[in-house]
Amino acid sequence: MTTYLNLDGNEAAARMAYLGSEVIAIYPITPSSNMGEWADEWAAQGKPNLWGVVPTIIEMQSEGGAAGALHGALTSGALATSFTASQGLLLFVPNLYKMAGELTPFVLHVAARALATHALSIFGDHSDVMACRATGCALLASNSVQEAQDMALIAQAATLAGRIPVIHFFDGFRTSHEVAKIVAVEPDTVRAMIDDHLVAAHRARALSPEHPVLRGTAQNPDVFFQSRERSNPYYDAFPDLVQQAMDRFGALTGRQYRLFDYVGAPDAERVIVVMGSAAETVEETVEHLCARGEKVGLLKLRLFRPFAGERLLAAIPASARAIAVLDRCKEPGADGEPLYKDVLTAFAEAAADGRRPMPRITGGRYGLASKEFTPGMVKAVFDELAADKPKRGFTVGIVDDITHLSLDWDAGFRSDASRALQHAVFWGLGADGTVSANKNSIKIVGESTALQAQGYFVYDSKKSGAVTVSHLRFGEAPIRSSYLVEEGMAGFVACHQTVFVERYDLLAHAAPGGVFLLNTPEPADAVWASLPAKMQAGIRERGLKLWVIDAYRVAQDAGMGRRINTIMQTCFFAISGILPHDEAVAAIKKAVDKTYGRKSKRLADLNHRAIEMTLANLHEAVVGEATGAAPIQLNAPEGLPDFVRDFTLPIYRGEGNRLPVSAMPVDGSFPTGTAKFEKRNIALEIPEWVSDLCTQCGKCVFVCPHSAIRARAFPADAVAEAPVTFKHVPAKSKDFPAGTRISYQVAPEDCTGCGDCVEACPIHDKSNVSRRAVNMIPLAPVREQERDNFDFFLQLPDFDRGLLKHGTIPGAMLLDPLFEFSGACAGCGETPYIRLATQLFGDRMLVANATGCSSIYGANLPSTPYTVNGAGRGPAWSNSLFEDNAEFGLGMRLAADQLMRYAQTLVKEMSDEIGADFATALVSADQRAETGIRAQRERVALLLQKLAGSRHARAQELASLAEWLIRRSVWIIGGDGWAYDIGYGGLDHVLALSYDVNILVLDTEVYSNTGGQTSKATPVGAVAKFSAGGKTTAKKDLARIASDYGHVYVATVAYGAKDVHTLRAFHEAESHDGPSLIVAYSPCIAHGVDMLYNQRQQEMAVKTGHWPLFRFDPRLADSGANPFKLDSAPPSQPIKAFMDSETRFAMLARSHPEAAERLAAAAQAEADQRYKAYQALAAAHADTPKSGA
Amino acid sequence: MIDLSTDYLGLKLKNPLVPSSSPLSKQLDTALRLEDAGAAALVLHSLYEEELIAEDAMADRFLLHAELHDGESAGFLPDHGHYEGALDRYLDHLRRLKARLSIPVIASLNGVTPSGWVDLGKELQEAGADALELNVYHVAADPSESGDAVEARYVALLAELKRTVSVPVVMKLPPFFSSLPHFVKRLEAVGADGVSLFNRFFQPDIDLQELEMVEQLQLSSPEEALLRIRWIAILRAHTRMTLAATGGVYGADEALKLLLAGADVVHLASALLEHGPGRLSQILNDMKTWMIEREYESVAQLKGSMCQANLRDASALARQSYIRVLDSFTPRPGVWR
Repeated sequence: MTTYLNLDGNEAAARMAYLGSEVIAIYPITPSSNMGEWADEWAAQGKPNLWGVVPTIIEMQSEGGAAGALHGALTSGALATSFTASQGLLLFVPNLYKMAGELTPFVLHVAARALATHALSIFGDHSDVMACRATGCALLASNSVQEAQDMALIAQAATLAGRIPVIHFFDGFRTSHEVAKIVAVEPDTVRAMIDDHLVAAHRARALSPEHPVLRGTAQNPDVFFQSRERSNPYYDAFPDLVQQAMDRFGALTGRQYRLFDYVGAPDAERVIVVMGSAAETVEETVEHLCARGEKVGLLKLRLFRPFAGERLLAAIPASARAIAVLDRCKEPGADGEPLYKDVLTAFAEAAADGRRPMPRITGGRYGLASKEFTPGMVKAVFDELAADKPKRGFTVGIVDDITHLSLDWDAGFRSDASRALQHAVFWGLGADGTVSANKNSIKIVGESTALQAQGYFVYDSKKSGAVTVSHLRFGEAPIRSSYLVEEGMAGFVACHQTVFVERYDLLAHAAPGGVFLLNTPEPADAVWASLPAKMQAGIRERGLKLWVIDAYRVAQDAGMGRRINTIMQTCFFAISGILPHDEAVAAIKKAVDKTYGRKSKRLADLNHRAIEMTLANLHEAVVGEATGAAPIQLNAPEGLPDFVRDFTLPIYRGEGNRLPVSAMPVDGSFPTGTAKFEKRNIALEIPEWVSDLCTQCGKCVFVCPHSAIRARAFPADAVAEAPVTFKHVPAKSKDFPAGTRISYQVAPEDCTGCGDCVEACPIHDKSNVSRRAVNMIPLAPVREQERDNFDFFLQLPDFDRGLLKHGTIPGAMLLDPLFEFSGACAGCGETPYIRLATQLFGDRMLVANATGCSSIYGANLPSTPYTVNGAGRGPAWSNSLFEDNAEFGLGMRLAADQLMRYAQTLVKEMSDEIGADFATALVSADQRAETGIRAQRERVALLLQKLAGSRHARAQELASLAEWLIRRSVWIIGGDGWAYDIGYGGLDHVLALSYDVNILVLDTEVYSNTGGQTSKATPVGAVAKFSAGGKTTAKKDLARIASDYGHVYVATVAYGAKDVHTLRAFHEAESHDGPSLIVAYSPCIAHGVDMLYNQRQQEMAVKTGHWPLFRFDPRLADSGANPFKLDSAPPSQPIKAFMDSETRFAMLARSHPEAAERLAAAAQAEADQRYKAYQALAAAHADTPKSGA
Repeated sequence: MIDLSTDYLGLKLKNPLVPSSSPLSKQLDTALRLEDAGAAALVLHSLYEEELIAEDAMADRFLLHAELHDGESAGFLPDHGHYEGALDRYLDHLRRLKARLSIPVIASLNGVTPSGWVDLGKELQEAGADALELNVYHVAADPSESGDAVEARYVALLAELKRTVSVPVVMKLPPFFSSLPHFVKRLEAVGADGVSLFNRFFQPDIDLQELEMVEQLQLSSPEEALLRIRWIAILRAHTRMTLAATGGVYGADEALKLLLAGADVVHLASALLEHGPGRLSQILNDMKTWMIEREYESVAQLKGSMCQANLRDASALARQSYIRVLDSFTPRPGVWR
């Protein structure tokens, strides 16, 4: 019996990998992380491998670590595997050479992804796997979810037979995350494919003291070369062995693959050669064109290395006159991409030998970083092949108006296959369950009908208010469309969030005569009038049926809170008719029971009730006349910079795909300060300042994760033109000049509504304690008024920073933030630290940022939240990699110091000309504090004036270097995954040196960005991915380790517990002339607690001893004092109180009650011990090592 | 030999001392120690439907539907399918206790929805509970709901539950009913097997530092027994249902008084939490000593001997006594004079 599965490519590949492995060493990286997580989950469930044993799953500190562990396991006889992508695969490379060189059989499963070049991209292409083509590993491509499963097994069989390690890859996201209905490989098939004799042979080669050998020798010129050639026969034999494995698989399953599968006209004149998911789209297009008599064909390439040129030639019809080889990668400067050149070589050699005539062969690039590749683009390639001289090195899918390499394509072209399918598009928010509901729908259709189903989910990269668009297809034939649902094709379009109506072109996908379903509070008879005119026109033009449901009300009434996924899913089935009504309802209910099962019968019951209520509340609305009401308002302020108008805003509008090559900066450098143009309006409620209650303490500003609540001081006359509702009061502090006024203002359209400011406000109305000096109020009624007020606020004159007390919270919070409106989660615990640094030092900051949440919310195009002050100065920011951030930042320091020295040398050289005293002042300026830097800026301005009139030979040189005379504040920022794990070696090295860098570790105690994997910062007893049974070892005490150096300034901070301590630590760290490390406790949604309680959790963490606060200042040792200051009181509550308040700990009691108890005790013991150790350090006196010792 | 046995909800208990719903029943170990100390039955800690709902919400938000993010992460916590809900854990615990204890085990349930009471009650019976204690833990704070409506809701719930389960059901009530005897009779009429008097609500307190409401567990005090003595004495005269006294029993004195007033069993919690299981055997011994001294033969003999019906002055339990006590109050010198 055939078993069907509805799953994504990652799960499909991981199933096979798991069965055939004994050791699985991984490190998380998008989009491959899920493969490791599946393996971890199955191991946690005790699922055995093919030999009846649960494989060992180990998470390492980096992909380099995973590769090393893999190598060790393989060389010692285990069958081992790993999963990775992109930068991770690059870190595997040194070991891939080794393992291939040692003929070590294993399969590495790769969700192929772009490599970071001018920018990072998490999306799919072949840059990473192509970078491995010289390693000696075989490269085997899967083109679909079905193949991801099948090839994973074929690869395993082939590698055991041929000893060549295999990189089995499929397209990141497009295949790794596409949900499809596939035929399952049965365990018997796996059994039959894996030859135990070959497994035994692998074990027999293992290192063993019982019959020792030595591997990994150092070889000399005499024999290295010969040794390298010794393995040739294995490579020669390998393609045949892969084909044999494919043949065996074909015999077992009926799915016959070939190294090169040709489809299309037997007498094709034009042929495309391609590998990966694009082959599916090309196949669909070839069928369409052949049906119209065109002589076109497709060669699907599966085995790229070892390259089997003869087999390739044999597979392409002799009739082929023109061939386009498509590569999903780019080799800048090369005369063609790798696949193209290999194909070209095969033909050239054959032609040279006279074996076959030379067709016209051209190469093209497509689909970089998941760029869409559609049938229209395929047709454009075939059309180009029909030209007399097809373009060489063309691109397709973009508009290249610089080098004019791109092909034009017909965006309206639709294949027969596409027309035969049912398409549906769903707009939702990341948090509203739309994606999970759609995955569920696919399962339902896949499991209850003979229909094929496909789902692909497009996410934006915001962490708060992220928009998801789900693209679903259903049909009778296998679905090969590896591209998004095309415009005008979706018979069903659903909008799960009313606010999208104004923001997006929701109807673009809608097919004529289709259905548009809107979740709206408006009743069916009133909804039409509530729609924007453009949407009304769109509905009428397309003849759409309009259906409405008030899903949030139904959810509320059904007791489901704000969970609308089941409701919207029910609507889809009720209207779309994909399944008969009763069958659909029964299937949804069954799916609900499966999801909630024993976990909560109550939730299952509530969902059942919601399903019934949905059916009663779903109505078709009357489509009326177009009212011609005002067009959609776009909040684009006037007087925008050109770049923002031409680049930033089109991307915000979802039109980035239309931007031509010329719109792009050449080197990946972008202006900062563009986040403020987005105006996301995602908050339902925003804070309102109660000026008469406020004591101007600044705490609300301090905790705001999005810099959406601001404070400013200004002279009274600055508000002469203020809007009438603009609030301002006299400054309470005596430190200000008489008449100074203060305003606390909210950025209404940038606030995410987290409520942390209200929680932080210490002021209570004496007559009503619930009323504070900031309170949440609904956004809608005040949006425009507060928008005007915020605009006014922004143009208030800059207050003299010299008059503000930077060492107090009220004073420091009047400093303008130079980091604002990032894409971080609502209530993020990291961003207040970054904002604080920019308030204090932003005008002189160089930032090196490790890859992770902070690089994503910090620099995800087109949003650049780092911004500039009134003088145009602000943080200059860059992200190099995940693993090298400390070194990257150190390099910034080295450059700054070196160029400063060079500039100082020139100043001294020109001292006669610019004045000896002035020169001395310039080179010996004390710039530790801001006042010194301000004075130096003035000197530099004067220097430039002097130089402008100078004829000195070095004057221009010095002018170009003058800015380096101003001290730069280098900040090295990253998360715990970087600092504790992958970047620890570099971090340690930088700490060990004496350079003046400030390292800020945003410690969420887990890999947040990739979805909650364990790091060495994860505390004992916490549940995280790869610690499903609770982490059994204590968190690494990074701060303590760093303080052991003696010359490093170290602080552990938690602003929610003690904000002024955090402020002090930042000042001390920055002013320390040497390395400084701030380890900052950062509550994260990954902890399983509502981020409204961000500060409460920090306070509890400190009170319970989970996060003791200390500072280690080497300068104190210099003056004979104890450098270690313990800044938090002894724990006043048991650590269990903290653990019970967060799901990451609390869930362990549900899954592993005994372990929960044991680990809670261990956590308590560890916290007690740590605090005691700190107390001892704090009590120790004086004779600590001198700084720099 | 004194016969300490008593009937409770149709169960024959070896004595009237029953540890009530408290954290003590959460551990098998402490439960066994209570049995060894002489506990005649054990009421489990309450299964709070509200807790189940909160846990569901937590699981729903952070485990089942944690999709909050971009394409990089579909969730943050591993959901390995062996996550146990609070209900499962409670039922497992109940089964484990039933397997190890020889005394009856009474499950305690606090529901907030009709389906909660009935469905959960059924599950508890199936898991082996010898009886169900329904913990009416509800603060009637809604001005639109009349006292009669509050009572009617409980009556309907009980009736529904009684139709569903066959084990005896006791209602644990708060003292805040305007006519307790009337309400108790209504409960009896729809099949209640007993009432347990009284529930103690956690009392919110004000934190003067933070100006926040804080909730903390406060143990009962012996004075609280007085409220129970009065109402048990009154109710005993009007009902044949089982009466349980809970709250304020610290020693044999309170236990004996409550039995004299008419209680069938006396629950213990705060005393045990504070003094350990040894307190239970001590109370038993002290009770025995008192009974021997006064030549009582059995608990049955003294049970209810001082209920309202058996008092010469029945009004001793009603309002006048309040006046008498006030009248007799003499201020300390210097306070009023």
